[in-house]
Amino acid sequence: MEVQKELKHDVVSNLLSQGKRADGRQKLQYRDIVIKKDVLENAEGSALCSIGKTQVLAGIKLDVATPYADRADEGILSTGAEFTPLGAPHFEPGPPRAEAIELARVVDRAVRSSEAIDLKKNVITPGEKVLAIYIDLWVLDHGGNLFDAALLASMAALKGTRMPKIEDGKLNRKESSGMLEVSKDVVSCTFAKIGKDFLLDPSFSEEIGSDTMVILATAGEHLCSGQKSGKGEISQKELGELIDISFEKAKELRRAIA
Amino acid sequence: MAEKPKLIKDDGKRLDGRELDELRPVAIKARVLNNADGSALVIWGKNKIVAGVYGPRECIPRHDQSPYRAVVRCRYNMAPFCSLEEHGRSGPSRRSQELSKVISEAFQNVIIAENFPKTAIDVYIDVLQSDGGTRCAALTAAAVAIADAGIPCKDLICAVAAGKIEGKIVLDLSKDEDNYGQSDNPIAFASRNDDILLYQMDGLLTREEAAEAVEMARVAAKKVHELQKKALQESFEKSGRIIFPIDEKPQKVQ
Repeated sequence: MEVQKELKHDVVSNLLSQGKRADGRQKLQYRDIVIKKDVLENAEGSALCSIGKTQVLAGIKLDVATPYADRADEGILSTGAEFTPLGAPHFEPGPPRAEAIELARVVDRAVRSSEAIDLKKNVITPGEKVLAIYIDLWVLDHGGNLFDAALLASMAALKGTRMPKIEDGKLNRKESSGMLEVSKDVVSCTFAKIGKDFLLDPSFSEEIGSDTMVILATAGEHLCSGQKSGKGEISQKELGELIDISFEKAKELRRAIA
Repeated sequence: MAEKPKLIKDDGKRLDGRELDELRPVAIKARVLNNADGSALVIWGKNKIVAGVYGPRECIPRHDQSPYRAVVRCRYNMAPFCSLEEHGRSGPSRRSQELSKVISEAFQNVIIAENFPKTAIDVYIDVLQSDGGTRCAALTAAAVAIADAGIPCKDLICAVAAGKIEGKIVLDLSKDEDNYGQSDNPIAFASRNDDILLYQMDGLLTREEAAEAVEMARVAAKKVHELQKKALQESFEKSGRIIFPIDEKPQKVQ
């Protein structure tokens, strides 16, 4: 992987010095995004998001659980990501590694901080029973920019999540009591920094060859999740510019999950 | 467990309206992923199973490698959102490890592994949605993915289950039929000579019933084999970006 990083960096920056990306895109242009909603029946919610050759499936399961001791008046939201070994040649079987955990946590923060889901409404018996929402991100193809694909898949899945009926503190999954309320469309923009350039929606090669990545999620007028991922540096001014671009591009992305 | 439902209705049909020897609707698609060397999606009733193959490639860890042949490693895994019941735990269970073992052995029989010494052929199978009969659908998907990867094989194998409910031998048990039924027999066949490459059974059967179940599964496996071939033929025309056809509608199997 280390050698590959060096090589990809050279290829991507040589192309950039001629103002080009390998797939002919502009620096701030997304690849084609396809979202398929409600693709599973057993999961309460589901969606597949494909951006270029990246494909992420999000599955939502609901359960009754005991609330966390420090948050007795709130439902549970838990996000997991699996880099299933069929998704890329370098994904290995076994427990999630740091990269998968990072992906899950960045998406979790975006959904949680935005308050797109009012967790206070998910209390069944205060202090005893709450509704737990599990978001599982299944990376079927890593073709770069997992963050944006994972958040789009999560939001599309959450927006189509069927709420089972709650009877005597248990879920009756055969009957629905409506849809999960999702009050905001949260979307993220991922940038790969290569030299002095920032590339929106990096391909796998651009991501591997980058100095660092920056992920910024927005909900309406607010930022709600951010991450610099990678060892390269960014200036204060650059961060400010990326934030502006993220708010601008969010409009485009929101149409995909509307 | 809830009260046992009546599995065969008064009109002689099963809960989902099938005849005793009828398969659930099936869809098979080959080349469904961008990165994997070979891949397939099998939708079988409500089951949705994806298989991805990498290899032959360098065998890591090295102590697993053989100087004589490729090692064939299958991993059967269930997604935490695959069942209608509660959120599942990730990681291998005793059940999934056993299934990984017997599925691996079926493929070790047909893959011409001598051609690729010191390498590994990795077959990863993810159950995205489960509804009974996942190991048969998983093996069927893996066979198509291995063929799609261009790995030389003696056969394109497939598996079908037969079992017993309400005293009658029936084909392709659904989850409820398996849970409340009397016996389940998942069986994989080599299409060229009907050799059995995977056989498991539970419950109680007389020797006549056991033979009847194998024969019923064998006849149905021929039909699924045709769908596997068709999926591979269709995939030869694919090129460029692939979008995972998870919303494909399964069709009644003739």
